[in-house]
Amino acid sequence: MKKILLGFMLALGLSGAALAAGSGFPLDKAPARTNDMAALQNGAKLFVNYCLNCHSAAFMRYNRLRDIGLNDKQIAENLTFATDKIGDTMRAAIDPRDAKAWFGANPPDLTVIARSRSSHAGTGPDYIYTLLRTYYRDDTKPTGWNNLVFPNIGMPNPLWELQGERVPVFEKVVSHGQEAELHRGWEPAKAGLMNATEFDQNVGDLVAYLQWMGEPAQNTRVRIGVWVLLFLAAFTVVAWRLNAVFWKDIK
Amino acid sequence: MAEFKEISPDAPMGQKALNWVDNRFPLSKLYNEHLAEYYAPKNFNFWYFFGSLALLVLVIQIVTGIFLVMHYKPDAALAFASVEYIMRDVPWGWLIRYMHSTGASMFFVVVYLHMYRGLIYGSYRKPRELVWVFGCAIFLVLMAEAFMGYLLPWGQMSYWGAQVIVNLFSAIPFIGPDLALLIRGDFVVGDATLNRFFSFHVIAVPLVLLGLVVAHIIALHEVGSNNPDGVEIKALKDEKGIPLDGIPFHPYYSVHDILGVSVFLMVFSAIVFFAPEFGGYFLEYNNFIPADPLVTPLHIAPVWYFTPFYSMLRAITSEMMYALIACVLLGAVLGVAKAKLNAMMKAAVVGGAVVMVALMLAIDAKFWGVVAMGGAVVILFFLPWLDNSPVRSIRYRPTWNKWLYAVFVINFLILGYLGVLPPSPIGERVSQVGTLFYFGFFLLMPWWSRLGEFKPVPTRVTFKPH
Repeated sequence: MKKILLGFMLALGLSGAALAAGSGFPLDKAPARTNDMAALQNGAKLFVNYCLNCHSAAFMRYNRLRDIGLNDKQIAENLTFATDKIGDTMRAAIDPRDAKAWFGANPPDLTVIARSRSSHAGTGPDYIYTLLRTYYRDDTKPTGWNNLVFPNIGMPNPLWELQGERVPVFEKVVSHGQEAELHRGWEPAKAGLMNATEFDQNVGDLVAYLQWMGEPAQNTRVRIGVWVLLFLAAFTVVAWRLNAVFWKDIK
Repeated sequence: MAEFKEISPDAPMGQKALNWVDNRFPLSKLYNEHLAEYYAPKNFNFWYFFGSLALLVLVIQIVTGIFLVMHYKPDAALAFASVEYIMRDVPWGWLIRYMHSTGASMFFVVVYLHMYRGLIYGSYRKPRELVWVFGCAIFLVLMAEAFMGYLLPWGQMSYWGAQVIVNLFSAIPFIGPDLALLIRGDFVVGDATLNRFFSFHVIAVPLVLLGLVVAHIIALHEVGSNNPDGVEIKALKDEKGIPLDGIPFHPYYSVHDILGVSVFLMVFSAIVFFAPEFGGYFLEYNNFIPADPLVTPLHIAPVWYFTPFYSMLRAITSEMMYALIACVLLGAVLGVAKAKLNAMMKAAVVGGAVVMVALMLAIDAKFWGVVAMGGAVVILFFLPWLDNSPVRSIRYRPTWNKWLYAVFVINFLILGYLGVLPPSPIGERVSQVGTLFYFGFFLLMPWWSRLGEFKPVPTRVTFKPH
């Protein structure tokens, strides 16, 4: 009978065990910078330099970067390596077949990555912010890198030049008769081009850019929303008084 | 046919034009029958906003839908990208899309509240059975509309949600696998499925929906609205034949509904502009990943408005079947022992129960889960004939009925909550109890609705002038 039950759940794609797949690593809060043009521009630069080689953002046009305060000339001269038309979408030059052979999977499109990685553990930006800052060397992996948020990740640390290398410190904890390794901190192993604070700042900018790119209209939406609600509030007052005027005859 | 009406040649232009039309089309007649001289009870309360709001959301969905179709591409290779194109490159496309996605969820919010109003005030009782039946049909068609629309963004949740639900049909004995194939148009959800769901979503189902909405309103205006007291206002009329407690829909309820509309639009806009994903409940996070037939998401949950029914589907395990068989047998025993039936009928009850139990043992629990999920909606159609209470409104029913309805609502919410969660042993037990309660509420209604001390129903509605 258990078998039937299990089969039933599996048939629905709802196997309980599969849910434990997330690492459960606590996520850091990503800084909110989608209104900070300088941060977004720095993020766009990092994105084009470090992500766009393998990952596309196939629904995002280069000229949309005008929204973060860049003009067409700046975009064309500094950011469009893969194309010469700024009306093009951001496509990586990597051949999908090569990517599959090198990393075991196609690098996912990053246009809406910040939206799709949201969960009840944290927002998508929190997830990416933590993921990009929890890489460590692991020689047992084909790429030589592993990650605390995404164990056995296919992507090697893309920002290793900037970050350098760090070794995670684990503590063995026994709870409920089960031995578990808890992450307790980091020990620097090899210095990168940036110190830890600079690196966190830059990852924050990159994540802000990804968040903005996930929905370029997000801040416009909030600005307009305030006016819409103000109008509706005024309209509600009018409707309320109008209603009262009509209904005063009804005894 | 009405007689041809001549009008003085000196009449103002507007009057002449109206007369010209009225001689050819019942414009004034329709206006009077449905608005200016449609008499509604004057004691409508908060719950009576949701009918007009449902109509408003329907209009929002149709208008935004028209604009979305201008840019959307129903093609498995292009669908996801075309939605992102709407979100980014189409001027104000993000607003149209968020209005449509929020509208879908708000439609269900409004319709659930509207149905609950009917439930507590007995709006389905004679002579309003057909109003209720048309309404239930609208709910059923709306579910189909929402389900098919949800496939169109072609994200992971769209894809796998459709896969799971269409697979349910294959649990039906004999015809199931072929039926599922017919719905999908392919062996898995694919381009063919997307195209047919698009066709159904934008034209076939909305046509049926509009027809049912018209039937719902015509039936309502034929019998007149019920009210929170459940008093028939047509029983007491003045010398002109106007109900004493009735007021013309226009202007009193039109202006009242404008107030309701503007408050509703504040809630609606707050969601559209500040939280269009609504914490992953209105737009699921996984749906921002393009559909991938090779990668099954870890946790597939339908959108929140289907989850109470989804919970009931999941509750029917092979273990649960024994409980259900016990219920059938108990029902048969009670029917034979207690009900006033002749020997023929009693034999039929026993025979029916035996056949039922045999089927329940023979067919897989998954099928009965599908039956439970469908039955949970279909049972609503029979509500007018299940309720034996001598009064309509909950106001004049025994006080314990309020508690019963409260438990019914809480139970429905718990089932909805459990449907969002991944399955767990405790959740399964709770949803099984909840399922039994849900069906027990309706199936035992002929019995419990007669019990207790009923309060005297007034002849006039209770109304405090504003």
